[in-house]
Amino acid sequence: MLDLHGYGPRLLEGAGVTLQLALLSLLLAVVLGLITASAKMSRNWFAHRIATLYTTVIRGVPDLVLMMLLFFGGQIGVNMITDWLYYQFDIDIFININEFIAGVVTIGLIFGAYMGETFRGAFMAVDNGQIEAGKAYGMSNSLVFRRVRFPQMMRHALPGLSNNWMVLLKTTALVSVIGLSDMVRVASEASKATREPFTFMIVVAIIYLLIASVSEWLFARLQKRYNIGYGEAD
Amino acid sequence: MESLLTWLETQLADNSIFTLQTLSHYGAGLTTTVQLVFLSLIIGLIAAVPLAIGRGSRHAWIKWPIFAYTYVFRGTPLLIQLYLIYYGVVFVDGIQETWLWVILEDPFVPALIAFTLNTAAYTTEIFRGAIKSTSKGEIEAARAYGMSPRLTMRRIIIPSAFRRALPAYGNEVIFMLHASAIASVVTIMDLTGAARFVYARYYAPFEAFLFVAAIYLCLTFAILYFFRHLEKKLLAHLQPQTG
Repeated sequence: MLDLHGYGPRLLEGAGVTLQLALLSLLLAVVLGLITASAKMSRNWFAHRIATLYTTVIRGVPDLVLMMLLFFGGQIGVNMITDWLYYQFDIDIFININEFIAGVVTIGLIFGAYMGETFRGAFMAVDNGQIEAGKAYGMSNSLVFRRVRFPQMMRHALPGLSNNWMVLLKTTALVSVIGLSDMVRVASEASKATREPFTFMIVVAIIYLLIASVSEWLFARLQKRYNIGYGEAD
Repeated sequence: MESLLTWLETQLADNSIFTLQTLSHYGAGLTTTVQLVFLSLIIGLIAAVPLAIGRGSRHAWIKWPIFAYTYVFRGTPLLIQLYLIYYGVVFVDGIQETWLWVILEDPFVPALIAFTLNTAAYTTEIFRGAIKSTSKGEIEAARAYGMSPRLTMRRIIIPSAFRRALPAYGNEVIFMLHASAIASVVTIMDLTGAARFVYARYYAPFEAFLFVAAIYLCLTFAILYFFRHLEKKLLAHLQPQTG
């Protein structure tokens, strides 16, 4: 049978880290994506430019390079700010950027750019007449967003969202490189210690496939829910 | 060339990080990255064509293994695949004594194998989608001309599927370029490896990583431009007619 040489609990812990990291980054990415999408659709020239720059640069640079830039550079940058605060205002604070936060911020930033594109397309797919009808009923802008635009947008955004989530999930493996003890790191340490890379890497691969399959099923259910009133999904 | 080097040296004279030496590190890294990406893409592309055709086969024993292969390689992180092949090869007992070790000692080869297997899986699915979306009329027309299924595949389906797959394949090329940064994890001195070296040497994360990010950005734009140009040429018949 499968012999994990006592690494089983740590591997499970690592899987927990991976899941937490993925879910938190997803949350950040969705928020950033919504902001980016609205910035791109706004008539404000400056907001449009900034959002375009953000999505272009982020999508043109490897995830790992961004992660290292943020993790290695982030600490120095934060130190510079806290030093400056100390000399100027005598405020003594120390902020330590740990691997987990660096990971969540980087992955969130990267996928915020992809989500922005997904949401923009989805918002534009909502029929203008729907929004006008909402306004004609006397709904405020925020109410129109909450009751009309958002639910209908989600129907169009879900396939892209599910795609992004699958890629995001796989990207979390990179945090092992900057030192976070996710399941990939545990597996790689265990492989070196026991000289049995196949056992550990295959276990981790199976966990990834498992998470992917479960989320596929969840997304299919969500899609069904958001498709209510539209018959079968096309 | 000589004068160019001296000119460059004077230009960089009061720069403590970007000396000729570090620039040559980046240069070597660029070569490694381009080699790694180009080779894996070419081999992956060649492998993907028969795999994509086999994926649509009527025989279960051809269809299902290919499906399992693409499912696993697309569903797990590339880093895991790289570790599996890299460590997997190194830790095989007695491999150090065989002739294979001469090739496998260099981490470039395991990385190339991992990248090739990964991109082949993605490319197979891209082609599969393109083949599936061939319009029925084209195939019926080929049949009506008396073409055998094999000839139809070669003359009708594959050429048009190639063209329809082009935009998605362009994305895959960019994805591969970005994924290749992972090679630095197994001690390969690619672009990211060079940046990590410069960072460690001078403790200058912004300079080291922003510079390499700019190079990657340029490469990405070059690929985008190349594919846009190719699409314009090869997909001209699909563009809306004007005038």
